[in-house]
Amino acid sequence: MSIELKNVSKRFGEVSAVHDINFSVNDGELVALLGPSGGGKTTVLRMIGGLEMPTDGDIFIRGVRVNDIPVQKRNIGFVFQNYALFKSMTVFKNIAFGLKIKKWKKPEIEARVIELLKLLELEGLANRYPHQLSGGQRQRVAIARALAPKPDVLLLDEPFGAVDAKIRQELRQWLVHLHHDLKVTTLFVTHDQEEAMEVSDRIVIFSRGNLEQIGTPREVYEQPVNEFVARFIGVMNILELEVRNGMARLNELAFPAHGVPEGKKMKIGFRPYAVQVSPDLTQYGYQAVLKHTYFLGVMLRLEIVLPSGLVVRSRISKEDYSKMGLQDGMCVSVQIRNYRILSREDEPLTQEVATSYDMPAHIAEGI
Amino acid sequence: MNLPKKQRERTSSSQRSTQEPGWVKWSLIGIAGLFAVVFLFLPLINVFVQAFSKGWVHYFKVLADPDTISAIKLTLLVAAISVPANVIFGVAASWAIAKFEFRGKSLLLTFIDLPFSISPVVSGLMFILLFGVNGLFGPLLDHLGIKIIFAVPGIVLATIFVTFPFVARELIPAMQAEGSDQEQAAMTMGASGWQTFWYVTLPSIKWGLLYGVILCNARAMGEFGAVSVVSGHITGLTDTVPLRVEKLYNEFDPAAPFAVASLLALLALVTLGIKTYLEWKTERDEHQGQQLAREVVGEPGKNFARDLPAHSPK
Amino acid sequence: MRTARFNPLPGLNLTLGFTIFYLTIIVLLPIAALFLALLDISWSEFWEVATNERAMSAYKLSLGASFIAALLNATFGTLLAWVLVRYRFPGRRFIDGLIDFPFALPTAVAGLTLASMFAANGWLGQFLVPLGIRGAFTQLGVIIALTFVGMPFAVRTLQPVLESFDRGVEEAAASLGSSRLRTFLQVIFPTLFPTIMTGFALSFARALGEYGSIVFISGNIPFQTEIAPQLIVMRLEQYDYVGAIALAMVLLVFSFIVLAAINCLEHWAARFERQ
Repeated sequence: MSIELKNVSKRFGEVSAVHDINFSVNDGELVALLGPSGGGKTTVLRMIGGLEMPTDGDIFIRGVRVNDIPVQKRNIGFVFQNYALFKSMTVFKNIAFGLKIKKWKKPEIEARVIELLKLLELEGLANRYPHQLSGGQRQRVAIARALAPKPDVLLLDEPFGAVDAKIRQELRQWLVHLHHDLKVTTLFVTHDQEEAMEVSDRIVIFSRGNLEQIGTPREVYEQPVNEFVARFIGVMNILELEVRNGMARLNELAFPAHGVPEGKKMKIGFRPYAVQVSPDLTQYGYQAVLKHTYFLGVMLRLEIVLPSGLVVRSRISKEDYSKMGLQDGMCVSVQIRNYRILSREDEPLTQEVATSYDMPAHIAEGI
Repeated sequence: MNLPKKQRERTSSSQRSTQEPGWVKWSLIGIAGLFAVVFLFLPLINVFVQAFSKGWVHYFKVLADPDTISAIKLTLLVAAISVPANVIFGVAASWAIAKFEFRGKSLLLTFIDLPFSISPVVSGLMFILLFGVNGLFGPLLDHLGIKIIFAVPGIVLATIFVTFPFVARELIPAMQAEGSDQEQAAMTMGASGWQTFWYVTLPSIKWGLLYGVILCNARAMGEFGAVSVVSGHITGLTDTVPLRVEKLYNEFDPAAPFAVASLLALLALVTLGIKTYLEWKTERDEHQGQQLAREVVGEPGKNFARDLPAHSPK
Repeated sequence: MRTARFNPLPGLNLTLGFTIFYLTIIVLLPIAALFLALLDISWSEFWEVATNERAMSAYKLSLGASFIAALLNATFGTLLAWVLVRYRFPGRRFIDGLIDFPFALPTAVAGLTLASMFAANGWLGQFLVPLGIRGAFTQLGVIIALTFVGMPFAVRTLQPVLESFDRGVEEAAASLGSSRLRTFLQVIFPTLFPTIMTGFALSFARALGEYGSIVFISGNIPFQTEIAPQLIVMRLEQYDYVGAIALAMVLLVFSFIVLAAINCLEHWAARFERQ
């Protein structure tokens, strides 16, 4: 176990920034701390780095409790959001700084810096000053500088936040490759779910100081444990249902009650790809109107309006769309193939319980 | 202005719709220029013309006078003590204020600015009330045989008081603008507090510090009011250069005060020169840096592939 | 003073401790000495020396001349700032550099050279004195010197604000059919006004305490060209500490009022930024 947090909380005066966080990161893992701004993810990263002190709980790096170890002695590499390069030093001196502090010998420093310049493709820029570099180059210098003293863990705060949208896409791939080559345990903070999904082995999702879910990108996408995660990762249709006459209902839609008592409410969610659409009005149980089509590239998103006015989003490939001859304003039939229960009024959901369900055939096929 | 061409064109085209008629513009420039030259530039020229009105020989004779020499020495001594003192204070104060949050910070800032809003004469008086014969510590100092008022220590104290805010005022905003990211980065790499300060903080504020030092120095060497009150005007002993100017002004030789004053005017010119150079340098560095960064990347966004390592997937 | 937020940087106790120590010794202790000295003076005694005829005329001149000088600075300062920010013309850099000159020049030298320029045989005096304009050893001389020392404050306060002034606003006014003069008077000027006032107050504050330049140009004639700081020095030379302390106290109160006004003005100037 490379990093472990046990019951970690952080309060700034009266404000609770992080409460009771538990998670661990394996050796060599690439983990994203994901959440909206103010979610506490940067605070968690800074606490691991020693730039912030937890109010409660313990932090372990490689099995050693580091709460009382100052930032200088934690042997971490930290890449700051805006890189925090030393403005008055050249690229070479920036990278060599940590080695000089650690009292490496001069030839060794030189060899290590040259090695990193090569690894990060910064050759020829060694004598530049930070203000003479482009955003992408600065970012790579920051990473090289953090990696130079061979840290146990690499911590990156919004590593791609400050670069151009276009370069960002490429840098993500590049981080994956770098991590693959170096195998250093890496944690990075991001607010961009797409970035987290694409880059990381596992994702830790935060909201308002709480850890909402931890899992692989696939797990958090397919099995969100609650409404927040469901809304935050990708697009999801979320409905609030009320159990009446043994079924959970909202307008014309009906779902199995799953044991929720009469009169109580529950929330379910389903991904757009779980919504099937057909131009054949008799094929699926519900009839609706295709209101608008959004072209997202290979996939299209459909906005479908049920007679009661309820709007459901569906996703469909370009090929299927043209095969079926769909177009805006058309009447269609729809079904929801599977869904997840996100919350229920009668009892709290536990993470362990499988809460994904396929729609029973008798409901899906209608009458 | 060394704006890149594109930017310059954009500026001028946006000006067209919002510009004054030519005659208004040029009369405003004319009035402002005339005012600046007559009111600000002529007085400077006048100092040197008057100083040399009796020729070079006379000029240097005035400056070589032992009393003038001793005034120059005293002024240098006073500056050599008060400037470093205020530099140490300024660095400490700006570190505490810019890098940390604590209660009472705005009150502290107000206190630091106080000497700016107190008349130099009043500040001189305060030191007399503290250390003068009838002052708070007068009897004690008398007992110990230490003389502060009408002596060099008093002049130094009064000068430190009036120049107190200069360095801190330059450094606080400079350090606040830098934030503490660079320091935190240094610490994640194992640097101690002193190492962080010497290698990271100090180099990044060195120009701001120099700027504060030259302004502080100019005021320290040129201070009149506060020093005049505490000095006692003992010729050859407690006269600083500005006080020497006043003394010569009240004597018979009209060129003499100007000759000594020309030294102070020269100091002002050097101060302004360094100040202008520092401003120009910061501007140029920023500009050149941006240009270099542009050259590498080419048009932002267009050539980004060149900016990437080879093993990124194509 | 403990910080609520953990900060990994060291040195707060050391630097803050030194700052407070140094501030106390150099600034607060002397100010306290003035207030302590005041305790030894009875109220009636204070009132008598602080409001006698000579003192009153010194305040009047100090306040009046400072006010006129600040007014001149606000006017010419606005003009200079406008010209320097908005126009490109040969010599612009030179004039921009000149603005700081009164700030860098020791005040004694300023007084000396201004007095010589406005004297009857001086560069300006030879034209002005025949017209009846006497700039040396008169109240006018006091105003001239105070204007000179306060000029940088007015210009340098307004300049950055004018530089960051959103041109789009002017273009919007022009697109709505406003004439240039009208745009200036109704759109630009009201936005700049609080900053102009701040510059006014800053140069007023500077003028109020000025001493060095006045010594040379005023002639120091009681009831005529004697400003308050000069009277303090005069009282000190006569070993009249009570008189000096009383005057200093009044001057200090004036300064603090102006300081408070400047703070308010700065808030007012920033009111559109805050939302």
